[in-house]
Amino acid sequence: MSATVHVDVTVNGERREADVEARLLLVHWLRDELGLTGTHVGCDTTNCGACTVHMNGEAVKSCTVLTAQADGAEVTTIEGLASGGELHPMQAAFMDKHGLQCGFCTPGMIMAAADLLQRNPNPSDDEIRHGLEGNLCRCTGYHNIVEAVRSAAGVSA
Amino acid sequence: MITAPFDYEAPETVEEAVRMLHENGEDAKLLAGGHSLLPLMKLRLAAPTILIDIKNIPGMHHIQQDEGGWRIGPKARHADLQDTPELGVVARAASGIADQQVRNRGTLGGSLAHGDPASDMPTVLLALDGEVTASGRDGERTIAAADLFQDYLTTALAHDEMITEVRLPALAGYGFGYQKFARRAEDWAMVGVCAVVSRAPDGSCDDVRIGLTNMGATPLRATAAENALRGSGLDDNAIAAAAEQAAEGTDPPGDLNATPDYKRHLARVLTRRALEEAVSV
Amino acid sequence: MSAIGQSMRRKEDPRMITGRGRYTEDINLPGMLHAVLVRSPEAHAAIRSIDTSAALERDGVVAVLTGEDMAGDFAGPLPMVWVPPGVEIKTPEHWPLKRGEVKHVGDPVAVVVATTRHAAVDAAEDVIVEYDTKPVVVDPEAALEPGSALVWEQFGTNKTHEWAIGGGDIDAGLAEAEVTVEHRFVNHRTAGAPIEPRCSVAESRGDDLTLYSTTQIPHIARFVFSGMLGIPEDRLRVVAPDVGGGFGAKLQTYAEEALVLALAKRLGRPVKWIETRTEHMATTHHGRDQINYVTLGARRDGTITALRVKVIADLGAYQQLLTPFIPELGFPVMGGCYRIPNIDLHFTGVFTNKMATDAVRGAGRPEATYWIELMMDRLADELGMDRLGLRRKNFIGADEFPFETALGIVYDSGNYQGTLDKLLEHFDLDEFRAEQERLRGEGVYRGVGFSTWVEVCGLAPSRAVGPQGVGLQAAFWESANVRVTPTGSAIVYTGTSPHGQGIDTSFAQIAGDMLGIDPQNVDVHHGDTDQGTWGWDTYGSRSLSVGGEAVVRASQRVQDKAKRICAALLEAAPEDIELVDGKYQVRGSPDRSMTMAEISGAAHIPPNELPADIEPGLEESAFYDPENFVFPFGAHACVVDVDAETGKVEVVRYVAVDDCGPAINPMLIDGQVHGGIVHAIGQVLYEQIVYDADGQLVTGTFVDYALPTAAEVPSFETDRTETRSPVNTLGVKGIGEAGTIAATPAVASAVLDAIRPLGVTELDMPMTPVRVWQAIHGNGGAA
Repeated sequence: MSATVHVDVTVNGERREADVEARLLLVHWLRDELGLTGTHVGCDTTNCGACTVHMNGEAVKSCTVLTAQADGAEVTTIEGLASGGELHPMQAAFMDKHGLQCGFCTPGMIMAAADLLQRNPNPSDDEIRHGLEGNLCRCTGYHNIVEAVRSAAGVSA
Repeated sequence: MITAPFDYEAPETVEEAVRMLHENGEDAKLLAGGHSLLPLMKLRLAAPTILIDIKNIPGMHHIQQDEGGWRIGPKARHADLQDTPELGVVARAASGIADQQVRNRGTLGGSLAHGDPASDMPTVLLALDGEVTASGRDGERTIAAADLFQDYLTTALAHDEMITEVRLPALAGYGFGYQKFARRAEDWAMVGVCAVVSRAPDGSCDDVRIGLTNMGATPLRATAAENALRGSGLDDNAIAAAAEQAAEGTDPPGDLNATPDYKRHLARVLTRRALEEAVSV
Repeated sequence: MSAIGQSMRRKEDPRMITGRGRYTEDINLPGMLHAVLVRSPEAHAAIRSIDTSAALERDGVVAVLTGEDMAGDFAGPLPMVWVPPGVEIKTPEHWPLKRGEVKHVGDPVAVVVATTRHAAVDAAEDVIVEYDTKPVVVDPEAALEPGSALVWEQFGTNKTHEWAIGGGDIDAGLAEAEVTVEHRFVNHRTAGAPIEPRCSVAESRGDDLTLYSTTQIPHIARFVFSGMLGIPEDRLRVVAPDVGGGFGAKLQTYAEEALVLALAKRLGRPVKWIETRTEHMATTHHGRDQINYVTLGARRDGTITALRVKVIADLGAYQQLLTPFIPELGFPVMGGCYRIPNIDLHFTGVFTNKMATDAVRGAGRPEATYWIELMMDRLADELGMDRLGLRRKNFIGADEFPFETALGIVYDSGNYQGTLDKLLEHFDLDEFRAEQERLRGEGVYRGVGFSTWVEVCGLAPSRAVGPQGVGLQAAFWESANVRVTPTGSAIVYTGTSPHGQGIDTSFAQIAGDMLGIDPQNVDVHHGDTDQGTWGWDTYGSRSLSVGGEAVVRASQRVQDKAKRICAALLEAAPEDIELVDGKYQVRGSPDRSMTMAEISGAAHIPPNELPADIEPGLEESAFYDPENFVFPFGAHACVVDVDAETGKVEVVRYVAVDDCGPAINPMLIDGQVHGGIVHAIGQVLYEQIVYDADGQLVTGTFVDYALPTAAEVPSFETDRTETRSPVNTLGVKGIGEAGTIAATPAVASAVLDAIRPLGVTELDMPMTPVRVWQAIHGNGGAA
């Protein structure tokens, strides 16, 4: 039997402690144990980015992080991105610019895009596109996602 | 995808980590960012029985410059390198690794220890004639890049050794270029070329170093091209002539995206472009 | 103000942008078990033995079952529903778990059920299966050769069927041709690849079964699985919650859905199966995979006289729901938007040791537009004519609609010149050619490709595609139920089942306008067989033109009744009540009016007295089976740059002018077009399902199956013309697949245009760097 690991993680501002199997991926802990099902799994190979969350303020793919590795970290998921009943500007921009269709890649895409603007508040279109190269979308053709990020950058600026 | 079960330890010192590696033999693996190891484990292409996570070992993520050049902790992430433009070609190559989420987790030490010839950092270390400090039960030793990468996913590190520092020459006054050719922006290199060049006072090539990504079982140096250029002019014709020799002595395997011939061709084209980029900086 | 025509923001979005969508994998039920499949690593083999003992001993394992163990769980195999009159389609029995032999990599041979997914995955590794391998065939043309290895020995051949259709006199047409061009095209195998993998959860309560599944077709699934399980339809409820993209890949009745239902029934506990992406690439049906031999004949002046096409379709190892029909599905538009008097189409299906093919976005039409448009290019070049000039010469005229083609298909409406003219307003071809010439001088190889396309969608009509038509054993009408609540909100139930199309929004716009209710107060329900009317689900760009029309008709009935109630209460004649800006008012006396809330209140709640001849309540249903398909069309231009040294292609500009009739929500149309274009860019430049000669799947993950990312594609320029369809009240046509159908030839033609000065005149998709480089350097671009 594999070891269990005690973890103490602040998730969306709330301290969560648990004993988890060492191999439990962060995404599975968030989804299956904490019920934060907004974070999705779309591939097995760290390609699609649907599982993107923020760990200590930066975007990571939670399918490639052990829950044990997140011990002591602050994790923000899509459910924790809005604050005080106000949508995060990136969430609002995705809705306003029709940056989503089926919605499955959307949480990861929004988390990646929010991180992108943290790193680079005024990105060019090319920087937006390369900044989102770790997130696959099959519906939108990315056009309106780029529009949304551009629009949110205007809001943030 | 779910990995096979494993035990997990998170020691707080290098000594403890090395001891655990030693005691658990070949079934133990070090875990840093996990972005080389965990994907393989999720596909069950790797199944270590114990992971030794170095996250609780303090430090080891420094990026410092001293008279000897750069000293970089193995836990420095690709994102940290990317955000340190003074690192020149290292920052440049780091910024092209996979995607930002991966760069936010993946580490320099992890990438070097994994020794994937399709990865960018091993090539950069080799091209720059860098070296790593390896810590084992008998203390530290230095391994030059040329000796580190021995075969496909195989390095000179013993199973109970870990990289505790990476050192790179400062290469002040060198121009640099990194050309990565991939099907998509987030992919591994089909072929990549790292080039650094310095000029003599007369404008000729004083020193040149060229590393090749994914052209064999390990990262490679384009020695013939380096020799052709060293001491010659750095005009377009000289660069083109030298680049023609970039694939000398290589025998890259074909894969889904490229035939061996095509890879050799790409090595020549990308070497020329990397050199052109290097002399224009 | 009318809601129809506005780019209303989507009603779906608030939950999705906050992580409150509810997808199948998000559903966890008390006592739920997890199923994991043991799959064949061999492409073709007899199962010698299966040892489940070690797996059964693991903690948490509840059951490990093989195909033989579950033989009694199913009353029938997985279905294939095409029975074309007079043609036999060889259809092997297809059971959820294999008995005896496996036919492709990923074929399921056993299922492990455990209390956790982790335990089930571990135990599945302990199931030991011994195989005796058999000869493998992966190339469809080799599979047709005498002496080929056979996928199914009992048939004595790998040929599944032949089907043909034609019109005019092909021999006369070819004889009349002064110029003939011939070419072999390959439409290679791809994957729909929605970002949400498949997932199914089944629950058994008493005699009732419920299936939650990532499906485009909950109604069809209930029909099929109640039959497979041998239970009455009323005992089975199928729910498609939020579905994370379909692209045809979820237009299927899958083995795993049948399995979790049978397991839940057998074990009396909920059972969940989650597909990994690796499983998805191997066992979610693939698309395309055709070879097309095309002959196009014309007179010297460019008048086309004949088109002959032979299609060889690689169907894989099994006949899934629509597998053999997908290649033929595009036949109504295989003459494109051109006047072609003599057409002959011939289809041959072939078994190979690969996953079955079936519908993927466009399903038969992108394959067709690909060769149609590239053949127009080749013919123009052969004639020395301008490529667009040749197209214009042969366009069906705007004044010729409805136009009956040589195949007896009636195109509903069109203005092909109009979309091309509009395209060229955005895209200055003369300027482009000058720029192209200048860039070539600098060593930059830039090319443009045009696609003047027409497609057929809005499946329906039942009489054309049903049993009495081409022979699908189903009907294709659509239904809606529209209910106004006592306080004046509306609930619309539709028989379509969306997965990203924005139907919650566009149908609310339609019903809102027709009822006089703010669309924000119209809630659209779908995807649950326990709710609303029976329907035929979502595929074939049918939601709006078929399902939307049903909403129109049901809404009209509600509006009519509301007018009767209003008239009674205002003491006016029903025919004098008009709906103006959300008010039901007496014609000529706008001060005498009622809102829908007031009318509905009166319809529902006493003491407001309705006349005796008006029933209480305010709810109507409609069932609609259209008279014809709809035929969207347009003109696209793609510009690419080719790095001649490396062979890498970059799409630098894309202009799309589409016509899908009057827009309900222009924002949604643009979104569909963008996504469709990138799907085609994926096929032409990046994506390919590859099996090696041993039938091993080489592209088993998203590492190797290269979906384009944002960094690989540009932003798009879109515009529209609006030509009404006479088929439905709204005048609308589908747009979900159009981008893919249009863009496939445009992108490919652009690459060929770019490298034409380098002596390349042909190159198969996917036009990957190595292939482009080989083509340029004379190593042959064709696979």
